[in-house]
Amino acid sequence: MDLLNHLALGFGVAMTPVNLVYALVGVIVGTLIGVLPGIGPVATIAMLLPTTYALQPVSALIMLAGIYYGAQYGGSTTSILLNMPGETSSAVTCLDGHQMALRGQAGAALAIAALGSFFAGCISTIFVATVAVPLSELALKFGPAEYCSLMILGLIGAVVLAHGSLLKAIAMVVLGLLLGIVGTDVNSGTARFAFGVPELIDGLGIVSVAMGLFGFAEIIINLETDEKRELVTSKVSTLWLTKEQFQQAWPAVLRGTGLGSILGLLPGGGAMLASFGSYALEKKVAKDPSRFGKGAIQGVAGPESANNAGAQTSFIPLLTLGIPENAVMALMVGAMTIHNIQPGPQVMTSNPALFWGLVTSMWIGNLMLVVLNLPLIGMWIKLLQVPYRVLYPAILLFWCCSSSSNASRRHCCSVSSSGR
Amino acid sequence: MAIIRHPKDFFAGLIFIAFGIAAIVIGSNYALGSAARMGPGYFPRILGILLILLGAALAIRALRLKGGPLPRWKWRPTLIVIGSVVLFGLIVTHAGLVLSTIVLIVLSSAASPEFRPKEAFISAVLLAALAVGVFVIGLKLQLQIWPWTSGILPWSS
Repeated sequence: MDLLNHLALGFGVAMTPVNLVYALVGVIVGTLIGVLPGIGPVATIAMLLPTTYALQPVSALIMLAGIYYGAQYGGSTTSILLNMPGETSSAVTCLDGHQMALRGQAGAALAIAALGSFFAGCISTIFVATVAVPLSELALKFGPAEYCSLMILGLIGAVVLAHGSLLKAIAMVVLGLLLGIVGTDVNSGTARFAFGVPELIDGLGIVSVAMGLFGFAEIIINLETDEKRELVTSKVSTLWLTKEQFQQAWPAVLRGTGLGSILGLLPGGGAMLASFGSYALEKKVAKDPSRFGKGAIQGVAGPESANNAGAQTSFIPLLTLGIPENAVMALMVGAMTIHNIQPGPQVMTSNPALFWGLVTSMWIGNLMLVVLNLPLIGMWIKLLQVPYRVLYPAILLFWCCSSSSNASRRHCCSVSSSGR
Repeated sequence: MAIIRHPKDFFAGLIFIAFGIAAIVIGSNYALGSAARMGPGYFPRILGILLILLGAALAIRALRLKGGPLPRWKWRPTLIVIGSVVLFGLIVTHAGLVLSTIVLIVLSSAASPEFRPKEAFISAVLLAALAVGVFVIGLKLQLQIWPWTSGILPWSS
């Protein structure tokens, strides 16, 4: 019973008070930024990366992972109550979630989002634990040729799965590769595209690129479009489901979990792809597709389970192959390299406590989220009433401070590996 | 402009072409090498050419494809947000965290159409205190707090 031994080891690590605290901090911060529009897990993890220098590697990764899946929970709250996705991965939840809220079923929508996410979290944690061992054994046999093909698969995946223009996606991949070239050439030692700036000789940090591309762009777009928020003022009465709703929802939760777990494995995938895929699937299998967009509970249950499952299984390629498949995972690579851990199949053998601690902490984190979130919803709603004009300068300040700390530590990780 | 039927794609194409040309021009000093023994200039040049081709394809396709008009570019938020961040980076080493934070917050708040000077100033002062607490005391980042507290240069590591 290797699996049980591994899980026991993991729980031993994840249940230590220190790690429990960091898991808690991670999921709370994650929920917070999930609730707030204009700041997502990429920017937050980028921001907090420098703070993890001081931590134990396990604690650091547990906290950062907590932020990622915590954001999936938080994002759904704003989608349902405000018709405004806090995260891209919960954008589809708006369609039916907000409709449910308008019909006075906000409590049911929030409950199924939380319960579906928790169920998906449990299943996908087991999935990660069972799949990781054989996959990393396979990966240990990989040579340069296999890694090169996997890289190319990742880049192609980024192109194929990008929504929108294919041509633009390819061009962005090439541009990403070009950005990855900035800095010292490993073969000849020539400084390329450094313009004589010493900081650039080390290359562009993915943190800076991510903040520029995702962070600043998002703030500027939000400022250009006029602010409109319609809060469902009716009180969130009962946070529970009727028997009928439960019966409608659970098959969707199962399908969402399955689909999300698989889509999370794909390069370029993760939570966002999973939720959109699941919504499409639910609409297809439904007896009466016309109900979608008008408050169908399946339209909330499926995507919300799927995005959580996808968020978690997207750790599999990182932990077993060492390949980040989206921007968040690329930042996790950064976090591991800070602590001199080379992500890849050898992590599991050389650092089993870290690996299994991280995996089991995901389950613990999910439990915390479901316990915390339902009672805390009122608080998150209050927070949303802070006007954006006060919020965004504060976000800018945090980026500035944290990126200046990055510059002084001068860590760098490959920009092109994230592929977009 | 009637010829360009998909302005968004057209200008995106031009931007890609510009990046491609820049990569080739700036990279022209690096030794090219050969395909078997690539020099530092080899890969950048390939990528530059690829970008130009892709950008051209995108721009040419925009002549046939139909698309929405380019949204009016609101320069105000873009310039103010980026400008205030750059300014923060320039002055933080000399003016210290507190003053640069206040400058950053008040200036960047002005990008919003609902700018309220008094509110911005109050939040700036509060955030400056928070920033010192979190980043300097809590996380021990080597940032100067006031202009006159001399000593550590943040980027001299």
